[in-house]
This record gives sequence, C-alpha cells and structure tokens, in this order.
Amino acid sequence: MDLNFTGTDVCAINGTRSAPEAKYDLVVIGAGPSGIAAAIEGAASGASVLLVDENPVSGALMGNDTPLYFGGRMTAATQNSDRMLEAIFMSMPDLEKAMEAGVELLLGTTAWGVYRNGPGVQSLPEQVVGLADAERSWLVGFDRIVLATGARDLAIAFPGWNQPGVMGAAALQMLLSRYGAFSGRRIVVLGSHDLALETALLAKEHGLDVAALVEVRDAPQGDAALLEKITAAGIAIHYGQSIAASKGGLDGIESITLNDGTNISCDTVCVAIGLIPSIELVDAMHGPRALNATRGGYIPAGEPNVAAVGLCAGLPDTGFDHVAYRMDWVRAALRVNAPDTIICQCEEVTLADLIGIQPPNYLPRPAAIQARSLGTLLDDGPANPDQIKRLTRSGMGVCQGRRCRDQVAMMLAIESDKPFGTIPLASHRAPVRPLPLKILAEWDEPAAMDAAWDVWFGIPTQWVPVEDIGTEYQDAHREMLYTGMYT
Amino acid sequence: MSGSEVVIVGGGVTGLSAGWWLARSGVKVTVLDKFIVGWEASGRNGGGASHYSSPLFDEEQRLWPQMDELLGYPTEHQKGRILIAMTERQWDQYRFIAERHTRLNHPVEVLDVKQVQEAVPLAGDNCFGGVHYKFGGHANPQRTVQAYAWALQDLGGKIIQHSPVTGFETAGGKVTGVKTANATYGCDAVVVAAGPQIPQLMAQLGVDVPLAAARAEMIITEPAPMMPLGGVDGHKIYGRQTLRGNLAYGGGPHEWLDVDATGPAARPSTPLARNLAKRLAELLPKAAHLNVIRSWAGVIENSPDGRPIIDRLTSPDNVVVASMSSVGFGLSPASGHAIRDLVIDGTCSFTNIDLLKLSRFDGLEKDWREKRGWMPIA
Repeated sequence: MDLNFTGTDVCAINGTRSAPEAKYDLVVIGAGPSGIAAAIEGAASGASVLLVDENPVSGALMGNDTPLYFGGRMTAATQNSDRMLEAIFMSMPDLEKAMEAGVELLLGTTAWGVYRNGPGVQSLPEQVVGLADAERSWLVGFDRIVLATGARDLAIAFPGWNQPGVMGAAALQMLLSRYGAFSGRRIVVLGSHDLALETALLAKEHGLDVAALVEVRDAPQGDAALLEKITAAGIAIHYGQSIAASKGGLDGIESITLNDGTNISCDTVCVAIGLIPSIELVDAMHGPRALNATRGGYIPAGEPNVAAVGLCAGLPDTGFDHVAYRMDWVRAALRVNAPDTIICQCEEVTLADLIGIQPPNYLPRPAAIQARSLGTLLDDGPANPDQIKRLTRSGMGVCQGRRCRDQVAMMLAIESDKPFGTIPLASHRAPVRPLPLKILAEWDEPAAMDAAWDVWFGIPTQWVPVEDIGTEYQDAHREMLYTGMYT
Repeated sequence: MSGSEVVIVGGGVTGLSAGWWLARSGVKVTVLDKFIVGWEASGRNGGGASHYSSPLFDEEQRLWPQMDELLGYPTEHQKGRILIAMTERQWDQYRFIAERHTRLNHPVEVLDVKQVQEAVPLAGDNCFGGVHYKFGGHANPQRTVQAYAWALQDLGGKIIQHSPVTGFETAGGKVTGVKTANATYGCDAVVVAAGPQIPQLMAQLGVDVPLAAARAEMIITEPAPMMPLGGVDGHKIYGRQTLRGNLAYGGGPHEWLDVDATGPAARPSTPLARNLAKRLAELLPKAAHLNVIRSWAGVIENSPDGRPIIDRLTSPDNVVVASMSSVGFGLSPASGHAIRDLVIDGTCSFTNIDLLKLSRFDGLEKDWREKRGWMPIA
C-alpha cells in the first residue's frame, strides 16, 4: 500500500482527555498545621483554596500500614469513619478557622497523583491533581499547589518484625493524640533521638507503660532536656543494642531480646529511628528532589507553582545526620537478622533473597540463577533499587514499598560499599496510595476517549496476518478491525 | 564467524536476544546500553507472546515453551490466551479473528459466557463470550530481559551498561568500531537495536530509518487469586495476570513524541490510568475492588506500516538494523534468531523476512510523520 498519505491519527491521545471537574487558585494537600496555615494564608489573599487530607483513611488501608506504619495496633474505633472525622476536628481546631476563612475542606480525600505537561507529555489540558474519596476519583485543576503531606515512618527489620505490634512513631503519635485509638499497653521504643524521646514521653503521658528505649549507638542522641524527662520518668535506655530476637503470639509481639541477652516483655515495638519526608507526589510527578541528610532524606528541591511546607519539605535541621544514624541501625540489622528474615512483607522477600537477587519462591531457581547475586549484578553497574525490585519483587506489594523501600536502599548501599546518596531513590508511581479499580476508574469519560481507544496503535498493517497480505482477507481484516486511521 | 566480534547497540529485548543467539554461535558479543538492560519499553510492556501477524510467528511459538530451559533462567512464560468480548461489536470482531485462526490451523475455541467464567473466574456475566487461543501466551518482560542478559554473559558475552553510543568508526565500507564517551569497541559487525534512538544513530551512517516514537501506559493491581488462565485480553485492553496474581494492563490512545539521540527525556504516566481502570473493571468485574498500586509509561517506536525493520544494510554491509515497531517483547526469541542469521549468514534461515526490509520505505516522503499526524502535540 502507499505509505504516503495525508490524514490524522484518530487513535492518538490528542484532545481526548477530560477537563478537570473544578479549578482552584490554590490546592493544599495535607491538613496538618503547615497545610492549614498555607490554606488560610491563601484564602486571606483572596485566592480560591481547596484543602484536602486523606485522613481518616479506611481501616483496610490502616491495616496495610498506609499511610503510616500502624502495625495493627489500632482499636476498633478506627473502623468508625464518623467518629474518626469528629476526632480530627477535635484535635485540629484550626480546621474550623480555615473553613471560616473560606477554604473548601475535603477530609477523607486522597491526592494520588499530580500531573502536568513537561518532558514526555504535552497532552494534558492543564495541570491537575487526582483526588479520590471512598466513592470515586476525580481531577482538580490548580494554579498553585502546596504539598503539606508530612512525614511517614521509617521501618527497619529485626527478627520477628513482621508481626502485629511493630509500628512507627508517627503512627503511634497519630493513634494516641488524634484518635485515642491505640490498642497497645507496654511499649519498647527504638531510638534515642528526639523523635524517640518525644514518642516515649507522649506514650507515658497517655498512661502507657514504656518498658525501655533501645539505642544502637553507645550514647543518647537526642535533646538534653528531653533526655532528662526520660530519666525523670524512670525509663531505661539500653545503649549499643538492637533487637536480636523476638517472641510473639496470635496478637503479635510479646517480648524482645537485645543483643546482650536482655529480655523485655512488651506488646508493641515502636520504631522511632526516623521519619521520611512524604515526597511521593513530588517524585511521581518527576519533580526535582535532593538528598539532605540533616533534613531526613530526600526532600523536594523546589520549583515554581509547587511548594512544599512542613515536614514533607524536610525535618527541622538541627545538624543531626539522620542518614548516618539510620545507616547505623541498618548495619546492626544486617548483623543480627538471619538470612530468612522477611524484608519485604507484602512479597515475602527474605534478606538472603534480596541480597542474592533471587526470584520469588513461586519461580524455579535453576543453578544459573542461584549463582547470581548482588555481587554479580554490581559487576554490571551500580545498584539500582528499581532493577532489584523488578528481580526480587521487594517493594512491589500493596503497601507500595512504604515498609521496605528505605531500608532496602540502605542495605544496597551497605552491601555495595557505597555512600547512601549514590543509590538512586526507588521510583514512586501514581497512584501513590492504593486505589481500587472501581474508584480510580473514570466512569464518565468523554466520548472522545472511547472513540480514540484502540488496544494498540490502530495501525491496520501492523496486525494483518502475513499470510493474508495481498489477499481478499487483508481488506476484510482492515474493515472488521479498524476504523479510520488510514482514511 | 565463530570468534569474530559483534557489537550490539541497545540492551533491550531485541538486542539482548540477538546477542544471546550470536553468543550461542561462538561469536564474541558486546552489548552497549545507555542505562540498564531492559530499562525502556522492553521492561514496561504487557508481556504478550502471540503475534500471529508476523512472519516470525511460527518461530516465536516454537521457542517460547523452551526459553526457560534454553536461557537457564525463569521467564514466567505461560501458554494460551483468552479474548473476552464486552460489546456486540467486539464479539463480532473476536469471532472474525477466531475464524481466521481456524483457517490457518491455529487452535482456537469460541467460548460461551459460562466457559469464559470457568477459565477466567474474575470475569462476569456481563460479557458476550470469548475466544480461547490454545497457542501464544505471556511472560514477565523484566525477568525475561534480565534472563537474556545473564544467559549472554554465561556464554562469555559482555554487557556494558551506562554507556550511550555516540558514533561509529568506519573503514572500507564497514563499521569497524562503535564509540561511547569512554571507549571505542572494535567490531566485525554491528547490530543497531536502539529502539527510538535508531534514526539518530543510523543517520550517522548516512542511512535513513523512518521511525516515530510514542508513549503508552499501563496499570497494575495488587494480587488477585490465581486464575486457571492468566493471559486475558479483550475490551481493547491487553495484559496478563502475573504468576504473583497481579493484573497488569495497558491499551488506549498513545502520544507521539520526539526522542533525541539520548533517548526519552521522561516516561510520565498520566490520568489515562483512570480509563485503563474503567476498562479493566468492566473486563474483570470481580476484580473491581482490587487496588491499583502502580502505573507507568514506556516509549516505543513505530515504522510507517507498523511492521518491524530487520535488515542487513548493503552499505556499510556489516550492519544489521532492528526495530520491532512497538511489538518486540513477545517476538524476541525469534527476532534474535533472525538477526543472528543476518549477521552470520546474510539471510534468515527459518522464514522469509523480505517484508521487513528497510527498502520498502524507499519512496517515503520526508514529511510522512507530519502528513499523517504522527507528530508531538505542539
């Protein structure tokens, strides 16, 4: 056939996308103190402002440690979304002020992706943020967006960490302060920097039994005044230690054993080693980011129209090297964890299989693949978490890597004897929260989208069977299966 | 050609398969890749392996069931596919395709709604019926790409990653070396299998290869219970249930792009994930509650007729150019074999691939992309 023809590609994306349902001068993601302040400031300047916050999230999501590392220690109260909503308003009086200032507020609403034209995409009608609640998803346009998504918990594996009762400090603080819905009684806190000290004191204030703090380094790491309060409260800190073993039952963790043999009974281990600025949205939109060890890891590097405020912009800089501290914990973890310790809980990837770059256990392991390892992979180039994720499945599960991506990156740095900053950040992908197909679906998509929809490019000659070329079947094939591209 | 040196430009699935086939014939192979093997479209596709429109089809079908054993690494290959019709129009189309297969002796069975649900428990009674291909199948693209790379290394071949090719050295009508920023790799023959970057690379050799690049997208869900048959297509989406249980699906409108010599600038996914989610929830309604946990995009190139280009040039006469025109993964066992044959013997031993020659585009106008609207959005 003549390949020189004039036409339009009816299967191209051009002009098929829906416009956003609404548009605001300013959209703020995250209704913590920084987000609320940004929203109020925007409204005061006369801007139309939408403030969204994913909390309260569903019990199912909390059960998947999303967005924080709840460790299954929520009470049944978290199943009642009305009660949770009320708790949020009670704990955040400024929300009322924001609404009075004219801010439109949507709670229980997740921002799962930010999209705009740039390298590799020019087909978006305008820049949008994808939102979803328990019923549906939709797109909202904006002139400016402020990300106030906070910080999430860092998890670090120890023997038996993959059982209920092992959780993060941000999750514990949220359950205690906001919801009053923490089900544990006796806590061991990992860490002795400010986060650990503050979490331990908060737990104590709430009448909980803080059994001990465990510090991997030989000296306390946190603020002296906080340390004094810990001492005054009679809470012991075990220095130069990590968890060497743990015991548990149906309800989860029951006791831990430190490297020096000390046994401590507890129903909760709160990992308070560090917080990770929540940069999922920035990274998924290919926004610039930079590693900043004193501000908690990778943080947004700033660009026009996309601002980050609060903890997602970085932890307060006190000069403390969070990355070096976490690396010390991971080094200790690599020393004590048995090869069969699960590192990726969703995909059940063990430490041995992660470092061995072995496939999941539903695949065969012929001799050739058993001979492969991180060592052989490093002969081909520096470690890349996305490549290792593809091969081992670590970080590929329903928690979207929240529990393992950070520790895996640190393990790869240590095992390949490279500084942490040389290991690329495993990519974040939209939707940055798990979203059911039926919620994510654009059920009322424009007719233009369906009209342009083909299973592939809609090039008729691409799929005409080679035996049929030049026969009567060729035309029948084209007529039956294609409409338009070559017209 | 045993003992001769072949440099392969591009560590995607086509270049790696070619390298593996050449290494099996005793050739010293070096694969150069700009980043990491399989990083572009080869590791981002639906994993289908049922390309009955290709002259390479029979070889594709012959090889896939043996690939795990031949490579020595698991590919997750699974046999068979089902197309489920969700509209009357699709039902007509799929039965038309089934008739065509029957005519060519490819085993197919037309399924009623109940039979569809038996094979695909996540399907609903909202479908019209299905067509079961008792051939073809699917595999894990990322695992397969790495399997080719490792198998090639096991045969003594070299993979040089993070090394974009910048140019060629020529002498006496042949390419004698392939240049990167840090080194020049001497060679007796070259395979250029660099996907969307092929036109820029081949232009350096004075050869015009008409290709246009575009972005396409996919989504994946959390694992679902394993179905008897994971290769489920239809409703104008393609995909598979992985052996882990996840549903990985793509399809829908593409966006044409300009790609320069350094490769795609980015691979952004877009809210098209919502339109994919709608169709997947309709195709497999009993999976509608499953969480989508990632979306991604890939950049692929197409030739003007959508068919591959696999050709050995006349000048320089030791260069084979290979673009699979956006349908490369499934055909890779066979495309590698064909490329090996062209490099070593000058002709394909197992099928006629004249259809894939570059010369079919000799009369193509320079502005073919503009004329037919295969252009980036301004």
